[in-house]
Amino acid sequence: MTDQDWTVTNLRRAIAQRDIAAKTVCETFLDRAEAAQDQLNVFTVILREEALAQATEIDEHLDEWRDRPLLGVPVTIKDVLCTQGAATTGASRILAGFDPPYDATVVTRLREAGAVIIGKTNCDEFAMGSSTEHSAYGATRNPWNVERVPGGSSGGAAAAVAARLAPVSIGSDTGGSIRQPAAFCGIVGLKPTYGRVSRYGLLAFASSLDQIGPMTLTVADAAAVFQCLACQDPQDATTVSRPVDDIATALPGNADGTRIGVPRSILDGQSGVDDEARQAFETSLSTLEQLGAKVIDIELPHLQYAIPAYYLVAPAEASSNLARYDGVRYGFRAPNDTGDDGLDAMYNRTRDLGFGSEVKRRIMLGTYALSAGYYDAYYRKAQQIRSLIAADYEQAFAQVDVVAMPTTPAPAFRVGEKVDDPLTMYLGDIFTVSANLTGLPAINLPGGLTRDRLPLGFQLMARPFDEATLLSVGDAYEREAPWWRERPSGL
Amino acid sequence: MAKIATLAHLDLTPEEIDRFTGQLAQILEYAECLQEVDTSGISDTWRSPTDRASLRPDEPRATLTNEQAVGNAPVPAVRGLFRVPKVIGS
Repeated sequence: MTDQDWTVTNLRRAIAQRDIAAKTVCETFLDRAEAAQDQLNVFTVILREEALAQATEIDEHLDEWRDRPLLGVPVTIKDVLCTQGAATTGASRILAGFDPPYDATVVTRLREAGAVIIGKTNCDEFAMGSSTEHSAYGATRNPWNVERVPGGSSGGAAAAVAARLAPVSIGSDTGGSIRQPAAFCGIVGLKPTYGRVSRYGLLAFASSLDQIGPMTLTVADAAAVFQCLACQDPQDATTVSRPVDDIATALPGNADGTRIGVPRSILDGQSGVDDEARQAFETSLSTLEQLGAKVIDIELPHLQYAIPAYYLVAPAEASSNLARYDGVRYGFRAPNDTGDDGLDAMYNRTRDLGFGSEVKRRIMLGTYALSAGYYDAYYRKAQQIRSLIAADYEQAFAQVDVVAMPTTPAPAFRVGEKVDDPLTMYLGDIFTVSANLTGLPAINLPGGLTRDRLPLGFQLMARPFDEATLLSVGDAYEREAPWWRERPSGL
Repeated sequence: MAKIATLAHLDLTPEEIDRFTGQLAQILEYAECLQEVDTSGISDTWRSPTDRASLRPDEPRATLTNEQAVGNAPVPAVRGLFRVPKVIGS
């Protein structure tokens, strides 16, 4: 087995058969992670001792562990997910040093599945951003070109997989935060249906939009990890009782006869898709047509309003969720606080010093959108638009099985290019936010490289709880267009 | 902007207020396009794909210990209680 074949499926089989020790696998990835840290800044913490102890436990008691679906597979966890015994900060100063007294449900499930957690990954503060530049730990760099951003907010998670520092990362996606960095880094990223994966232990950003999902090299790997994550959780009342599909039966994938909807009018309109991204998208569609899929034009008339609706709903929910960070119960309290000027002054000073600029901007925007006199014009209107967008998709899915779009209008932008221009940064989320506004599942597939060898993403969306179709069509596509085998130069 | 900052419990600097005023105005101007959509009669309650009856039995069960609950306090807890600036008689 060469390093190139260190996918989840291959690793678990090799470890189960004692072809390779879990500890050897773990050490290899830990060594790479540590070596890459100066250049890429992928991790907020690398958990060498804990990871090696867990890998050794698996090797020494292999008979007890052998049947676990992620046996000995190294995994990274985005720093917005609680991990007992490892600091969880949301890449924010305001949670500096927070040591969660419990694991997030997805973390518990990964541990039970035999995965080995090797570190926490960097992200935009509280998952707010599209570049992983808004982090208290500094910016993460794109392994394909260190002058470029890895995307965000799960930028460290995407960079880790792309740079082969881990075969699996767990990210969160509120407006594209799994799929956009997956696109910028040339990997697979799955945002499951709202309600399919528990958010217990996720630092809440926008509770009606947040989802957790896998980021991997291949579709089969994403399927294996998704199968472990999906469940009904008594700790998260939004999770559903509906049984989880047996994804293994959807693989190997098949796109023969699949009806693929393409919203041509938004692609040709003001979405700002650049020439190379458009060309790669058309090539991906042709690949699927060669596999027997049928491409159909669809209309999503309200999709053009998705960004303004999203950037009112998400900050409104964030302003409410982030009210809990007040310097009393956890994290950071403003220094030199004598308490002489009262509780409110302590709150206000703590929050101004503890939050970064993007988070403060969104709290301000959200507070405004919810405030008396503006609620109807902004928040209520945005929620109504959300219903209209959901109805558009419902109509589309009466005619097609999946909807295809580029994941982003262009490849990764330069570090610093948009950091002071929030609106331009937001406009890049045109193709990702509607999956969150509607709760629909969506996947990024590596969909090509630009002339400058920057990855481009191909996105598919499906009906609620139809991850099986996304993974099946995605797997069929990947076999014809194995872009995941390309890797950043210098690796 | 100062009023919003007060509502949001943010002690913004004058420089931040200045910067956010411009940026928020730009974002809200962009969001004006929503007003062109006729939403009369449209629900403002998004119906998620999740079912409604995901309630668990209301039974007593173990929760965090007091030590765990106050263990992350930025100012060390006293007798199991969080410490805050004086709020009574000030």
